[in-house]
Amino acid sequence: MTNDAQTWRAWLTSERPASRRQARLGRAYAAWSRFADNRLAMAGLFIILALLLVAAFADVIAPYSAVTDGDLRTARLLAPSAEHWFGTDDQGRDIFARLVHGSRITLFVVILVAVIAAPVGLLIGTVAGYAGGWVDAVLMRITDIFLAFPRLVLALAFVAALGPGIVNAVIAIAITSWPPYARIARAETLTLRHADYISAVRLMGASPARIVARHIMPLCVSSVIVRVTLDMAGIILTAAGLGFLGLGAQPPSPEWGAMIASGRRFVLDQWWVAAAPGVAIFIVSLGFNLLGDGLRDALDPKAAGQ
Amino acid sequence: MALAGSARAGGRRRARLRSTAMAIARFLVVVALTYLGLLAVTFFIGRVIPVDPVLAIVGDRAPSHVVERVREELGLNLPLYQQFFIYVGKALTGDFGTSVLTSNPVMTDIRRVFPATLELATLGTLIGAVLGVPLGVLAAVRRGSFLDQVVRVIGLVGYSVPIFWLGLMALLVFYARLGWVEGPGRIDVVYEYTVTPVTGILLLDTAMQGQWEAFRNVFGHLILPASLLGYFSMAYISRMTRSFMLTELGQEYVVAARAKGLSEGKIIWRHALRNALVPLVTVIALSYATLLEGSVLTETVFSWPGLGLYITDSLQNADMNAVLGGTIVVGSVFIGLNLLSDLLYRVLDPRTRAR
Repeated sequence: MTNDAQTWRAWLTSERPASRRQARLGRAYAAWSRFADNRLAMAGLFIILALLLVAAFADVIAPYSAVTDGDLRTARLLAPSAEHWFGTDDQGRDIFARLVHGSRITLFVVILVAVIAAPVGLLIGTVAGYAGGWVDAVLMRITDIFLAFPRLVLALAFVAALGPGIVNAVIAIAITSWPPYARIARAETLTLRHADYISAVRLMGASPARIVARHIMPLCVSSVIVRVTLDMAGIILTAAGLGFLGLGAQPPSPEWGAMIASGRRFVLDQWWVAAAPGVAIFIVSLGFNLLGDGLRDALDPKAAGQ
Repeated sequence: MALAGSARAGGRRRARLRSTAMAIARFLVVVALTYLGLLAVTFFIGRVIPVDPVLAIVGDRAPSHVVERVREELGLNLPLYQQFFIYVGKALTGDFGTSVLTSNPVMTDIRRVFPATLELATLGTLIGAVLGVPLGVLAAVRRGSFLDQVVRVIGLVGYSVPIFWLGLMALLVFYARLGWVEGPGRIDVVYEYTVTPVTGILLLDTAMQGQWEAFRNVFGHLILPASLLGYFSMAYISRMTRSFMLTELGQEYVVAARAKGLSEGKIIWRHALRNALVPLVTVIALSYATLLEGSVLTETVFSWPGLGLYITDSLQNADMNAVLGGTIVVGSVFIGLNLLSDLLYRVLDPRTRAR
C-alpha cells in the first residue's frame, strides 16, 4: 500500500513526464500540495465542503420544516434549547432548520452570479485583449465605467426597477460584478497574445474567434476562478444586504439576510433570532475568503504571502 | 551654447506643459464619459426596465390626472434618445424630479440628508486610517508575529462579516445591555430643535454654538456607527498598508539606509512609509468612497437620517425619482473619489511625474 503510494508520488512529481496527462496531473498535484500545506486554506475548503453537504442533505439534516409556521401559542421566540438548537423565530419556526435550508439559497446565489458574471467578464476581457485597437479601447472604457460605480447602490436601484426577489437580486449583483474579471482576463490575454504558440495556431489558419475561445480563454480561466472565489464572500454579503433591506428573497423563504431583518424587531429581548443567521453568513464568507486566499497562493506562488 | 541650452530647456518645458494639458484633457474626457455612463445606466433602470415608468414614479395609487401629467412631463411620447438627452440635461442641473414621499424636489431632500452621511463616513474613514496605517506598518515590520496575525484576523473578519448584522449586535451590546452609547438616530429629540443647522454636520454645529450637552449627545449617537464603519475601513487599510510596506521594505534603498546606519525607526517611518504613502492615499480615498456606499446598510440599522436611509426608505415606497437621484449622487461622489485618487497618485508619485 505504502509502496503503491510512493510510486504514485514519484510518477506525479517526475521531472520528465512521459505524457501530457502525466504533466498535467503532476502540475495539479504540485498545486494541491502547496494548497494542502496551508492550514487556513484547508479550513476554508472544509467549510465550503460542509456547506455543500448541508445544502445537499438539508431535508435529512433539518429536524423541522423551514417554512411552515410552528404553534404560535407555545413555540414562538423560544430560547435555544436541546429541542430547538438555535431557538425559534416569531412564527414559531425552528431557526436551525431555516439556517440549514437557507444554505441552498446562499449557494444558489453564489453559483448563479459566478456562472453569469465570470463568463461575461472572461469573454469581454479576452476579446478586448486579443483584438486590441478600438475594440479594446471601447470595451475597456465600458469596463472602467462599471468599475467606478458603487456596486451595492447600483444593485439596489436595479432591484428597485426589476422588483424584489432572489432572481432579480442575482441579476443585479451579476451586472455589477463582471468588470474585475474582464480586467484580469485582458491582462492575461495581453501577455499571451504574442506567444509563439498563438502565432503557430494563426499560421495554421485558425480564425480569431477560435484562437480566443480555444487557445486563450482556457489559460485565463484559473486566474478568473481565483478572483471569483475571492469575490464569493462579497457576493454573499451583498445578497444578504439586499435580503436585509427586503429586496432579495421574500418571506417565508429562509434567506439569511432576510432572517436577520425579521429578527431585528426582537433583537433586544430575543437576540438569537438575528444572531444565528449572521453567524452563518460570517462562517460561509470566511470559508470562501480562506479558500480564495489559499487558491491564489497555490496557483500563483509569486503572490504568496503578500 | 548657453542660449541653445536654454532654448532646448524652453522647448522641453513647452513639451511638458503640452503633455500635462493632454493628460488633463484626457482626464476630463474620462470623467465625462464615466458620468455619462452612470446617467445611461440610471436612465435604463428608471425608464427602460419598468413596464410603465409613470407608475414606477408616481406609484400605483396615484390618481389618473397625476399619471397623465407625469407622462407629459417625462416626455414619454418622444423617442428614447431624445428622452435621454432631456434626462442628461436635467441631471446635470441637479434636477432629479420630485419625490413622491416628501413631495420636495429630490435634490432638496438630498441636500438635507447628505451632511449626516458625510459626517458618519468621514469620522469612519478617520478612525480607519488613524488605526489602520500604524497597524499595517507594524504588521509588515514584524511579519509573522502575533501582531501580524491580529491584523490578518481583523482583515478576514472585516471581509467576511455582514456590516448590518455587526451593527445590530453592537447596538444590542453597547446600547441596550451596557448603555455606553446612545441608541439609534442622530440626536435626541430634546436637542433636535435647539440646534440651528448651519453646516448640517451636527458635531460642528453644536460645537460652534457652544451647546456642549447637545454635542455630547450627538457624539454618543455618532460614535457607534462611526466605529463600525471605521472597523471595516481599518480592515481594508491595514491589509493594504501591510502589503505596500512589505514591498517597500524589500527595496534596495532600505538596505542602503541600513548600511548607512540609520535607525530602524527612521528607516520604517521616514523612508519606507513615505514611499508607501503614495498608493495608500488612493486606498484611503477608495475606502472613503466605499464607506459612503456602505452607509446604506449601516444607516438602516442605526436609523441614521442620511442619504442611505433616504434611498432605502424611498425604495420601500417605490419612489423611483428619489432612488435614482440618490443613486446618481452616491455614484457621482464615488466616481469623483475614484478619479481623484487616480489623479492624486499621478501627482504624488514622482516616477509618473517625471516625463
